[in-house]
Amino acid sequence: MAHVPEGLRYTTSHEWISEQGGTYTIGLTDYAQDALGDLVFVNLPQEGDRVIAGETLCDVESVKAVSDVFSPVTGTVSEVNEALADSPEMINETPYEAWIARIEGVSEVEDFLDAAAYVAFCEKE
Amino acid sequence: MGSYVPNTEEQRAEMVAACGLSSVDELFAVIPPEARVAHLDLPTGLSEMEVRAQMQALADENVRFPSVFRGAGAYRHYVPAIVTSVTSKEEFVTAYTPYQAEISQGVLQSIFEYQTQICELTDMDSSNASVYDGATAAAEAVLMCKDRTRTGVVLSGTTNPQVITVVKTYCESRGVHVTVVPPAADLSTDTDALATATGNDTAAVYVQSPNYYGVIEDVETIVATAHDHGAKTVMGFNPIALGMLRTPGEMGVDIAVGEGQPLGLPLSFGGPYLGIMCARRELMRKLPGRMVGETTDATGNRCYVLTLQAREQHIRREKASSNICSNEALCAMTASVYLAAMGPSGIRQVAESSAAHAHYLAEQLADVTGFSLRSARPFFHEFLTECPTDADKLVSALAGRDILAGLPVDGGILWCCTEMNTRCQIDALVAALGEVSAR
Amino acid sequence: MRLLFERSVPGRRATLIPELDVPAVKFDESLLRATTPRLPELSEVDLSRHYTELARQTHGVNDGFYPLGSCTMKYNPHVNEEIAALPGFADIHPLQPVETTQGCLAVMWETQRDLQEILGMDAMTLQPAAGAHGEYTGLLLIRRYLRERGETNRTKIVVPDTAHGTNPASAVMAGFTVVSVASNAQGGVDLDALRAAVGSDTAGLMLTNPNTLGLFDPNIIEICRIVHEAGGLCYYDGANLNAIMGQARPGDMGFDCTHVNLHKTFSTPHGGGGPGSGPVGCKGFLAKYLPGPVVVRQDDTYAFSQPETSMGRVRGFYGNFLVVVRALAYLKTLGAKGVSEASTNAVLNANYVLRRLQDSYFVPFGDSCMHEFVIDVGPLRDETGVSAMDVAKRLLDFGIHPPTMYFPLIVHEALMIEPTETEDKTTLDEFVTAMLQILDEAHEDGERLHGAPFTCAIGRPNEVEAARHPRLRHKFSDEGKVR
Repeated sequence: MAHVPEGLRYTTSHEWISEQGGTYTIGLTDYAQDALGDLVFVNLPQEGDRVIAGETLCDVESVKAVSDVFSPVTGTVSEVNEALADSPEMINETPYEAWIARIEGVSEVEDFLDAAAYVAFCEKE
Repeated sequence: MGSYVPNTEEQRAEMVAACGLSSVDELFAVIPPEARVAHLDLPTGLSEMEVRAQMQALADENVRFPSVFRGAGAYRHYVPAIVTSVTSKEEFVTAYTPYQAEISQGVLQSIFEYQTQICELTDMDSSNASVYDGATAAAEAVLMCKDRTRTGVVLSGTTNPQVITVVKTYCESRGVHVTVVPPAADLSTDTDALATATGNDTAAVYVQSPNYYGVIEDVETIVATAHDHGAKTVMGFNPIALGMLRTPGEMGVDIAVGEGQPLGLPLSFGGPYLGIMCARRELMRKLPGRMVGETTDATGNRCYVLTLQAREQHIRREKASSNICSNEALCAMTASVYLAAMGPSGIRQVAESSAAHAHYLAEQLADVTGFSLRSARPFFHEFLTECPTDADKLVSALAGRDILAGLPVDGGILWCCTEMNTRCQIDALVAALGEVSAR
Repeated sequence: MRLLFERSVPGRRATLIPELDVPAVKFDESLLRATTPRLPELSEVDLSRHYTELARQTHGVNDGFYPLGSCTMKYNPHVNEEIAALPGFADIHPLQPVETTQGCLAVMWETQRDLQEILGMDAMTLQPAAGAHGEYTGLLLIRRYLRERGETNRTKIVVPDTAHGTNPASAVMAGFTVVSVASNAQGGVDLDALRAAVGSDTAGLMLTNPNTLGLFDPNIIEICRIVHEAGGLCYYDGANLNAIMGQARPGDMGFDCTHVNLHKTFSTPHGGGGPGSGPVGCKGFLAKYLPGPVVVRQDDTYAFSQPETSMGRVRGFYGNFLVVVRALAYLKTLGAKGVSEASTNAVLNANYVLRRLQDSYFVPFGDSCMHEFVIDVGPLRDETGVSAMDVAKRLLDFGIHPPTMYFPLIVHEALMIEPTETEDKTTLDEFVTAMLQILDEAHEDGERLHGAPFTCAIGRPNEVEAARHPRLRHKFSDEGKVR
């Protein structure tokens, strides 16, 4: 059973979000990394990229597939986790520490799920 | 009718019965009558002997010149016998793309060797397994550099005109604006004009060296100009020239592309050729096309596999940066065998011999009225001269003497020599020119 | 196996070209490379043995059955190799005066004429070097046509969800966006979905027929009509032409332009991944946009001509000429009857294998097909844990190249089987026997099959490591040292 920490919020496309002082931090959940298999590359977004809620933030590659990571908010990418460029496996090993990007200047926010709702959603999938 | 269908009438009948059909025509019943073809208007099929005779007759209608002084993007070099015999091996000729690594280690290792050799030749960090030709390599390379804010490309006008056309065709459909900077009077890149044309919206600056006119360019100045504006540099190189000339890697180039035909591929009336693409480490993942990587299997055996496939069209589909699927694999292997047969001293020798013969011809031509050099810049194995008479008529006259003269370009003639143009041949050409132009 | 660099012995060299007979050129130091490239130094005997060893580790069509769906791995005739090597073809410079290359132009012209007849097209370019390259070229024809008519709002290309990855990738390269249209339960294009997907922003449709499930879409005339009515053009992906050549023509189905793969349908060899050739044919109204130059004939003479509003060029020179030579020799061998004999037998062979396997493996789309069909290993996986990958890898132990795996995407554990017409019944029966044995093994000890293949030179390569930490070139022992 995938690990789903209490303190975070979740999307139906399997991203986790944490918010602090207007900055939203995004990553992929344990459920997502398990479904994707061994990740070999993270196509990080660039600082300064404008992102729109519900649209693609960036993508991640496994050996035989590419999967989109969706942005749950509208805003601007302020920071990316450069460590992922050399070690994409961090997302597989510690998905809730291996954040992908931080977004600021957020104007629009999608409806998030809390941990319990996300667990219920995953069970149905 | 010739045929490669091994099943006999009897076997076919058994199979039709096994399918529960009364006739094989039932299999095509799904085709609507409007689309059904009754009869193709094609010649009758022939026996192998007749096919060979007809194709030989077509080949005989072409003129194969013993003396070739024309380059301009396709070069006649000596092809060692080992190159032809290795690349004719049935296994290599008839193999598919090595997606099944376990039964394709031969092909995969040869591509890995090719990638390594290209990096050594160019001093770049990573190479792909080939694209179609030098011109499409140039187009793919400049498009690799495009991003959200940089949608312009600046090309030096000393580039081979066909490459310019291909780059323009490819860029037009991607919304990338192409600026071509006219050559300087000495047939090198006008570096001032190039600097003016380069801006903060320039994705890439492209220069060919040796250029279309044979001139060796000042690539380092162009690299500096590009980098000052945050643009990348793409250099078009001649792989033989790199046997002795300064490499793209040494000159700080970001992406190096080239036409690999001189590396053991015959002139082939233009194809198949070989598009070489290599880049600095940071740009490795942006290279299009297949790439082979080294890895291990479960028991620790070193082995090779197609890798970084998630860049490619079969996985990324509409998000792929290039649609390339089939490449020029056997041509890349040809280049690899050629480089292996030549070795570092051999490739240097071919380069030196090509340059030496070209410079010898240029010196001899200086003594024939009307064939002065158009540029005083250093050149490798091609150079443009004036022509005292109508260039096309001159070419015809020389063809009558079994000599393929240089290419008429801008009212002059673009000459080329390689290691295959002996001193004897060159002297004969010069003598012929003296006679023909005197009339 | 040792790499070339590991066989290298400093000082080994061959004498391939003569010593200089003219003075050497003294270039300025600043123009010369500073270091010697670490190219291997080998004798000819080293080279010869090296490549013999590599050839032993390479499985080609000459080794055995190669039922790769969508690739048409038919036999590559030897005589075509000899013809392509004739000096009268191989040694011709592409920029020779046209009077001296009439034979080359005749080859191009005759090949075009034959391919146009097979496709139902009026004009052609031989420039594209591969199928994907042809797709891009064909889409540029559509782009130019619409632009000239001022219809620049037409930005969408419709592509079925069963399409090969090159289709959407080519569409994007040509400046379009992609609209995917669903397949119906029979595996064909869902007509309602298509009607909903087309409109005033439709540039065109890309389709292969038979599709990547090996099924001929009986609604093809209607499909093209729907797109034309909406104002778009229809592009035929010729990858599956081997099923229908001589039986039906894309031009008669309603397609406006098309490519063919000479390295599939017309027997030219795959060379380990290339070179191929992807000629593009079109109807008369698109001919003026073709890349130039094109070959024309006036009485008995051939010449090059530039189309009046050409798109430009999609490559240098004229195309993969020596590949075209092989295809022409093949066309001359087959003739009209041979062309339809090839497709008839390709389709018969595929149906025979389908019939013999359909009671054991799940064939999701009916009990007949064209030149290829798809097995869904999903149910077997659910039952035994054995996947399409495992079945494919186990086939390697039988000396059989696996079918195409995991394509098309709408079948999750797909194996696409295309025997081609150049295999005989005995070979097909051997394949079926192997597949049935693997099925038994799956039920007896599925776990074991995850480790297949067992008898190949290597086991499954670690692709995760290869992608995470790519090593794309050999690391020399003097890496990092100043040379």
